[in-house]
Amino acid sequence: MDLDPVALSRAQFALTVMFHYLFPPLSIGLGALMVLLEGAYLRTKDRRYEAAVRFFTKIFAVNFAVGVASGIVMEFQFGTNWATYSRFVGDVFGSALAAEGIFAFFLESGFLAILVFGWNRVGPKMHFFSTLMVFLGSCFSAVWIVIANSWQHTPTGFHLVGEGAEMRAEITDFWAMVFNPSAMHRLNHVLFGSFIQGAFFVMSISAFYVLKKRHLEIAKRSFTFALVFGAISSIAILISGHSQANAVAVNQPAKLAAFEGHYETGPADMILFGWPNDETRQVDYAVAVPGMLSFLVHGDPEAPIRGLDEFPEDERPPVAVPFVTYHLMAMLGTFFIGITLLGLLQLWRGKLWDQPWLLRIFVVSVVGPYLANQAGWVAAEVGRQPWVVYGLLKTSDAVSPSVKGGEVLTSIVLFGIAYLALFALWIYVLNEKIQHGPEDPETLGTPPSGGSFVDAAVAAGDRSLTEADTVPVASTTSVARASGGE
Amino acid sequence: MDLTDLHVFWYVLLGVLVTGYAILDGFDLGVGILHPLVKGDRERRLVLNSIGPLWDGNEVWLVTFGGALFAAFPKAYASLFSAFYLPFMFLLFALIGRAISIEFRSKVKSESWRTYWDHSFAFSSLVVVLLFGVAAGNVMQGIPLDAQGNLVGDVRDLLRPYPFAVGALAVVTAALHGALYLHLKTEGELQARIGRLRWPLFSAFLVAYLGVTIATLVLVPHATRNFDRFPIAWVVVVLNGLAVANVPRAIHHGKPGQAFASSCALVAALVFLFGMAMFPKLAISSLDPAHDLDAWNAASSESTLGLMRWIAFLGMPFVITYTAIVYWVFRGKTKLDDFSY
Ligand code: HDD
Ligand code: HEM
Ligand code: HEM
Repeated sequence: MDLDPVALSRAQFALTVMFHYLFPPLSIGLGALMVLLEGAYLRTKDRRYEAAVRFFTKIFAVNFAVGVASGIVMEFQFGTNWATYSRFVGDVFGSALAAEGIFAFFLESGFLAILVFGWNRVGPKMHFFSTLMVFLGSCFSAVWIVIANSWQHTPTGFHLVGEGAEMRAEITDFWAMVFNPSAMHRLNHVLFGSFIQGAFFVMSISAFYVLKKRHLEIAKRSFTFALVFGAISSIAILISGHSQANAVAVNQPAKLAAFEGHYETGPADMILFGWPNDETRQVDYAVAVPGMLSFLVHGDPEAPIRGLDEFPEDERPPVAVPFVTYHLMAMLGTFFIGITLLGLLQLWRGKLWDQPWLLRIFVVSVVGPYLANQAGWVAAEVGRQPWVVYGLLKTSDAVSPSVKGGEVLTSIVLFGIAYLALFALWIYVLNEKIQHGPEDPETLGTPPSGGSFVDAAVAAGDRSLTEADTVPVASTTSVARASGGE
Repeated sequence: MDLTDLHVFWYVLLGVLVTGYAILDGFDLGVGILHPLVKGDRERRLVLNSIGPLWDGNEVWLVTFGGALFAAFPKAYASLFSAFYLPFMFLLFALIGRAISIEFRSKVKSESWRTYWDHSFAFSSLVVVLLFGVAAGNVMQGIPLDAQGNLVGDVRDLLRPYPFAVGALAVVTAALHGALYLHLKTEGELQARIGRLRWPLFSAFLVAYLGVTIATLVLVPHATRNFDRFPIAWVVVVLNGLAVANVPRAIHHGKPGQAFASSCALVAALVFLFGMAMFPKLAISSLDPAHDLDAWNAASSESTLGLMRWIAFLGMPFVITYTAIVYWVFRGKTKLDDFSY
């Protein structure tokens, strides 16, 4: 049997990166909400906020760990599976990954230790600072990885040296590379997508507690924060997505044509539903707003938009996948705006908590952002095909020449097993945590005193010599159960 | 060695990242290898939590090393990683396994659940260290690379005795390093039990260390070439010897801090000697020396190297500060509390 290393490497990359991308958006979005809730705790000294942050920290930690475990695969996969690509982009992509390691990952993982394990070791201010740093670190890692990825979509600030398989892109202008035409659009979009993820996650769990009449005080507070945050982010992502689509029309017209199923150059409609048909080169069952796409891009419903027919056969992206995923994302985006605005309205009228049907929608809506985030990436990445680096390097030329199909298949099986197990475990542990719920604010124990970091560190030192020795493990069992302890 | 030369600078900086990784993740992987020797849930949790807040940050040294290698020497990153394809996949699999075992072990109060993750934790730690050692041994001995830097042949060409000897050395070194760390972080009965492991581990280390040294001198003739060029390197050989000798001395005199510091120095010296044996090469082709990749022909452009040097200068002080803060906050003997694993 002949195993095609290119197809298999693509499948493997899609599997690992899509799996990885289940976790970072929640880390970023939940991190943002934890910063807000802990900030509220510091300001109001209301311990219900503290209980909420402690609860979400436990989920955050598990999510983060799976994100890290799957991220390490990403870091090394370029070299293992895409050797030719790695030689080509080393200058550009490598720099961004190295900067990500130095500026982002150290920051995140360092302060994560204090965020998760440091509740009894540092004062509230230092703890809040750690939460903030973890959140900032996760944003920084998005910055660098998104810049690197965007450069593949819209390469700038480089020149080419060498020939054939030896060809490489060398940076000539670092800032032009960083601010390549799609980078900042994509960064905004990815961050808002992550915030939406975090907001719907918190709303889902909180709505569940409200429905079950458990932890009401904590749940309602968390829900309100998340609702406001989610509504703002949902509106922001529409604006960001719109400007992004305009940029795609200029920078990657073939991709836009694939998104919209626009086969022939001419005025373009905005298709709301439909199914692209490569045979007839039309969109079947289309429900469309006539001239709307031309209007959105050029401000004129008659203006022509370049269709797929303008591109040579072997430079056209596939249509069905980008079309479907792009529309799925946009529909979900519209839904998020609608549901959060409805939620705000009901909150304002004081009726939100007595509407079980609405709360139930919020419980299940958490799936939406997961789908939208995945769909967005699939649309963007498949729409870039057949190029790995747009206009410069084809995906089929980018794989490692020495790696054999069988080896790639072995690793797909390996990762497939690992990821299935990981995913099942993640769901299982998540469920345990949710069933257990936050601690009663009354039982939280006094936080260490002291404001500045120095105070906190000194206090930690004192305690580790005296108090901690004398606290019998058994006396903390009620809380220890939450961490699965003892 | 001219550090103002960007290529040399990056070669050395990568060495620093590997050293940081080997010292830091070295001890927590060592703790993982020793974990099954500790009995009882409470003690196992103590052992696990001795590295609890630290292992993730330690692993970032590896991640950053990967990014830096990619940025500075993309051809070496591409050639080595694709050449070691399958071993690397197993390595990644084991790294995932370890992260997950630590994270999930104590989340459920069932004995079989915990036993399963205990095994998985120990096994994956062992595999990670072994594979790193085998990879290092292969890099030293040279692998069949063609003119484009791609591997000719397959994974069977990598399964040779010398790399496995290096792998064994890596395992015993990590175990010793981990035991000395644990001895620092534990107390009472548990500490005493770990204390008794130190002598056999040190003897095993000594045997592997001498064996690999002899094998290197016989099988890898180019390993000593640089000592003629840079006689100063002999100083490190002497320091290495002193560090090795100081471990039993410190154990004997009951100075756990000094023993651990010595094993840190020992790990650093081993990495340094490896670098000395390789410099300025990154990959050695067993087919033709003209195919070797070194700090010049594998590098990215001068301007990237120059720019990345600024990123490194800017970033490293922060990295060291975070590391110091975290180690400071979690200093002292390991205790279990509500937030432990
Ligand atoms: C290098 C930077 C990079 C980054 C940050 C991403 N991608 Fe990508 N993606 C690629 C680089 C790339 C690639 C190397 O260029 C691939 C591999 C093979 C290919 O066709 O393009 C690719 C393919 C690829 C495919 C398969 C497409 C196909 O084979 O037709 C999917 C589904 C995704 N990506 C999804 C994602 C997601 C969900 C990401 C979010 C984390 C993501 N990509 C980030
Ligand atoms: C395909 C390219 C990608 C690579 C090579 C990559 C690499 C990595 C690596 C190595 C880690 C683990 C770091 C550690 O040990 O702490 C990680 C985690 C992370 N990555 Fe990615 N990543 C990719 C895509 C993305 C994207 C597109 C984003 C964000 C938009 C992102 C955001 C994050 C975040 C926030 C983390 C922190 C851990 C977590 O998931 O919770 N990554 N990534
Ligand atoms: C509401 C209307 C939305 C519009 C008009 C929109 C528009 C776009 C466009 C045009 C792209 C492709 C950019 C490119 O390939 O260069 C994109 C990508 C993406 N979208 Fe959206 N989007 C919307 C909502 C959402 C929502 C709600 C989410 C997630 C919660 C989301 C997540 C993503 C992600 C993760 C990507 C891939 C990264 C990127 O290229 O930015 N989008 N979006």
